[in-house]
Amino acid sequence: MKFGVLQFPGSCDEVDALQAARRVGEAELIWHGERDLGGADAIVVPGGFSYGDYLRAGAIARFAPAMESVIEFAREGGPVLGICNGFQVLCEARLLPGALLPNRNLRFTFRQVQLEVLSSGTFTRGCALGERLSIPAKHAWGRYYADDRTLAMMNESGQIVLRYAPGENFNGSLHDIAGVCNEAGNVFGLMPHPEHAVDQLIGGSTDGLKIFNSIKMTVEA
Amino acid sequence: MGVASLPTVDDAVALGLTAEEYALVCEKQGGPPNQVELAMYSLLWSEHCAYKHSKKLLRTLPTEGPHVVMGPGENAGAVDVGGGLACAFKVESHNHPSAVEPFQGAATGVGGILRDIFAIGARPIAVLDSLRFGEPEGQAGTRSRYLLDGAVSGIAHYGNSIGVPTVGGEVYFEAPYEHNCLVNAMALGLADRNALVRSAAAGPGNVLVLFGASTGRDGIGGASVLASAELGEADTGAGGDSDKRPTVQVGDPFEGKKLLECSLELLARGLLVSLQDLGAAGLTSSAAEMASKGGVGIEIDVERVPLREADMEPFEVMVSESQERMLCVVEPGKLERVLALCEKWEVEGAAIGAVTDTGLVRVTAAGEPVGEMPVRALVDDCPLYDLHPQKPARPIYPAPLPAPALAAQATPAQTLLALLSSPNIASRRPLFEQYDAIVQSRTVRRPEQADAAVLALPGGGALAVSIDGNGRRVAADPYRGAIESVLECAANLACAGAEPLGTTNNLNFGNPEKPHIAWQLTEAVRGLGEACRALQAPIVGGNVSLYNEGATGPIYPTPVIGMVGLLPDARRAGRLGFARAGEEIALVGPFAPSLVASELAKLRGEALPDGLPETDLEAVRQAQAAVREAVRSGALSSAHDVAEGGLAVALAECCLAGGLGAEVAVEADSAAEQSLFGEGPGGFLVSGEGGALAALGAPVRRLGTIGGDSLRIRVGEEPLIVASLTELARAHASLGELFS
Repeated sequence: MKFGVLQFPGSCDEVDALQAARRVGEAELIWHGERDLGGADAIVVPGGFSYGDYLRAGAIARFAPAMESVIEFAREGGPVLGICNGFQVLCEARLLPGALLPNRNLRFTFRQVQLEVLSSGTFTRGCALGERLSIPAKHAWGRYYADDRTLAMMNESGQIVLRYAPGENFNGSLHDIAGVCNEAGNVFGLMPHPEHAVDQLIGGSTDGLKIFNSIKMTVEA
Repeated sequence: MGVASLPTVDDAVALGLTAEEYALVCEKQGGPPNQVELAMYSLLWSEHCAYKHSKKLLRTLPTEGPHVVMGPGENAGAVDVGGGLACAFKVESHNHPSAVEPFQGAATGVGGILRDIFAIGARPIAVLDSLRFGEPEGQAGTRSRYLLDGAVSGIAHYGNSIGVPTVGGEVYFEAPYEHNCLVNAMALGLADRNALVRSAAAGPGNVLVLFGASTGRDGIGGASVLASAELGEADTGAGGDSDKRPTVQVGDPFEGKKLLECSLELLARGLLVSLQDLGAAGLTSSAAEMASKGGVGIEIDVERVPLREADMEPFEVMVSESQERMLCVVEPGKLERVLALCEKWEVEGAAIGAVTDTGLVRVTAAGEPVGEMPVRALVDDCPLYDLHPQKPARPIYPAPLPAPALAAQATPAQTLLALLSSPNIASRRPLFEQYDAIVQSRTVRRPEQADAAVLALPGGGALAVSIDGNGRRVAADPYRGAIESVLECAANLACAGAEPLGTTNNLNFGNPEKPHIAWQLTEAVRGLGEACRALQAPIVGGNVSLYNEGATGPIYPTPVIGMVGLLPDARRAGRLGFARAGEEIALVGPFAPSLVASELAKLRGEALPDGLPETDLEAVRQAQAAVREAVRSGALSSAHDVAEGGLAVALAECCLAGGLGAEVAVEADSAAEQSLFGEGPGGFLVSGEGGALAALGAPVRRLGTIGGDSLRIRVGEEPLIVASLTELARAHASLGELFS
C-alpha cells in the first residue's frame, strides 16, 4: 500500500508524516504544483502553514493543483487524512463539514492530549471504541465549529470520530471534537498529530500508528 | 554626485562614527567619502559588525578542540557529532529591536539565527531562546509583561511557522533589564560533515546572486543606530511612539521557509560556490565580508536589486536590513539553473553583480559608479580599541525590592513556596507551550522532562543542548559568575548523559567605553575562557551585544552560554523527574551551598555581594563526569542539577516532574536555611536503586526515599518542610497568571 503526502511550500510536518506512513507501508511526497498523485492508495494532507496561512489557515491551499486531484480522489472514495493544517485545508475544500477557529486562548498551544475514539471506520479500524489515545496537538487555529444542525447530523451518522478526553479540550472545540470524517467515511481530519506519536523514544506514545495502520487495513481489506 | 554635496564629519558622527574614525575613512578613501561610502563605512565600522571594543578580548577564548569542524568567523560554528555528521550552532542577540518592538524583534532574531545555520549548509533542527526582562509583577511590571508576551509570541510565530522546533530556553526577571530587555536566540543545524560551506567569495568573473525577499526601506541603520548605541528613554517608554521603530525589521516566516528549502536544495545540487545570509547591515556587510574572506573584489549594481519600494537611494539599497535574503556566488554556467530553482520555490532571484579581482567593493547604479571602497579598509581597517577596565569603587546596582510573597518570619515551607512561585523559578510551561517542540520528529526530551533538550541522531545517539546564564551572579562577580554559567550549562548536559562538544556565547553587556563595564566584560571573558578550557568545550562561534543600557543604568552583565553535547544512546537520555516510589535519593558532587547572591537573598531585597565563593572547577568537572557516566549506564532513574533556589527547590522540581513525593533528611552541618536554599555549582540530585547510587564515582550523600504525595524535608531530626504535591504545583504554576 502506498501513501501520498502532499507538500506545500509552507508544510512543516510533511516529512514526519512521510516517515510515519513508511512505518506501515510505502510513502512518497507529492509537490503542491503536481496534479499526478503518483498512484497513491491514500493521501495525507500534512500539518504546517501551507502558503504561510496569513489569510486564514488552509484558505489558499484548497486551490492548489494537487488539491484539485485530491478532491477528485476523495469523491471517488479514496481515503484522505488531514492532520492539523491538513484538517483546515479539507474543511476549506468542503471535503469535511465545519471549520477551525482560533483557539479559545488565542495562542499557539502545544500539549500532549488524551483522545477518545467514538466511532469505528476507515481511520480507527485498529482502535477499540472508547479507547484512549495519547497524541500531541500543536496549533493556533484548532477550535472546531459547526452549526447545530450539522453537528446533530454528524452525531447521528458517526462522523465525530475523536474527541478530547475530559479536561483535555484546550482549544475550545464544540462538543470536545478533535477529529471528524465525511458522511462517506473516507475523508478524515483531526487537529492532533498522529505522525508525532509513532515512536516510543520520541514522545513516549505509539498510539498515532493506529491511525496509519487502520488506513492500511482499509486499503488492503 | 558633486563635491559640494559630500557628507561632512557631522553626518559621520550622526551615523555613529567618531571624528577620528571619519578622518581615518578619508585617509583610506583618499578623500572624503560620498553618501554611499559613508553609509557603508558607518555600518561596517560599527561595534555590531567590527567588534571594535571586544575583538581583542575574544581572541583570548579557546576555539580549538578535537570535535571542532568550523570555528568562529563563519556564519556559525560546527562540531563533529559522528556518523559523518556535523552540528552547526550559534547564539545571537536581538536585544534592542526587541526592546523597541518585541514581537518583530524576537521573530526576526529567530529568522536571522536560522539563516546563519542554513547559510553553512546545515538544516536547522532546533531553536532555543534566552530572555531577560524587568520584574513582571503588578502595575510596575506592565511593560515587562508586554515585552515578554511579545517576544514569546514572536519566537513562536517564526519558529512554529518555519517548522523548526523550539526545544528549550530560559528566562529571568530582574530590574536592571527593565529598560533594556535581552532576547537571545540560538539555533542548531545538522549537515554532512563534508558538505559544510563557507562564505568566502571566489573566482573573479563569477556571478553574485541575491535571492529571497525584495529589498525595502525596513531596518535601515539597524546595526549602527540600534545595535551599537544605548537606548534612550523615548525608545522604550510606555508611549511606544519611538523614532527608532522604522529601524526594526519585519519577519516573514513563510518567505524564510521557502528561502531555507531553496538554499539547501541549491547547495545539495552543487550549484553554489559560496553562500552568505543578509543580516545586520544587509548587502553592505554580506558583500564586503564575502569579498574579504575570499581576498577578492565585488561589484554590485543597485539597479538590479529587486526593490519593494520605488525610488530607493543607492545607499538605502546597500544598507537595508530587509529580512529573508541570501547572497550567493555562482559560476556563470550554472546561473540559469540557480534562477530556475529559485522559481520552483517561488523565491525571487536576481544576478546583481560579480566577483572581481580588484580588491574593491564597487557599487554602481545602472552602470554609473556611486561608490568604491577597498575591501580591506571596509572590513579589516576599523580601529580596534583597548578597554580601560576598572573595578567600580561602589556597587553599581541598587538592591532589589523585597518580594511581597515572602513574609518576614516565613517558615521554611513558606519560603519554599515563595521561591517556587517567584518569576525566576516558576514553571515556564505557559511560555514553552506556545512553541512547537516536536516538529521534525527528533525531540527525545521536551521542556521540563530533563535539564537539557535531547534530540535523536540517525545512528542511535543523540544531541543534548542547553542555554544558560545568570546575570545577577555575574554582576556579583563577573569572573566566577561567568565560570558558573558555563558549569551550569555543562551540568544540564551531564544530567541528560551528554558530554560537551562545543560552546557558543552571547556577551550581553553595557557600554564598554565605561571603565566599570569594561571590567565586567574583561573579567567575564576571563572566566568564560577558563571554564571552557577546563571542560574542553571550545567556543566555536558567538556574538557580542554591547551598549545595553537604559535611562536607569546598565543591564546586569549577562554572558549567555549555549552548549551542545553528545550521548551515545538516545534511549538512555536522562530525566529530571523522580521515576519510582521506593527508590533512593542522593546528592552528588562538591556542592557547597551559600545564600550569597541566591534567589532567596533577592526575594529578601538584599544588595548584591562583592564577590561569589570560589569554585573548584576540577572537582565540579569530575562530579559532572560521574553523573554523566551513571546516566549513560542506565544506573540512575533521574538526575537534576541543583540551581536557583537550592536543594529544596530542586527536590520540589523532581517531585513535580515525576508526580511523586519524597521524604528526605538534609544533614545539619550548616544553618538549615543555607542547606535548604543555598546555591552554588557542583550539586546534583539523583535517584535510583541504592546500590547504583553508592557506586557513583563522586562524593555521594544519601538524602532519603521517593514516595507519597508530599515533599517532607527534615534537617537533622527536625521536620522543617511538609508540602503536598498540590501545594507545590500551585506555587510552581504562578507564571500562568501573568498571561491571563
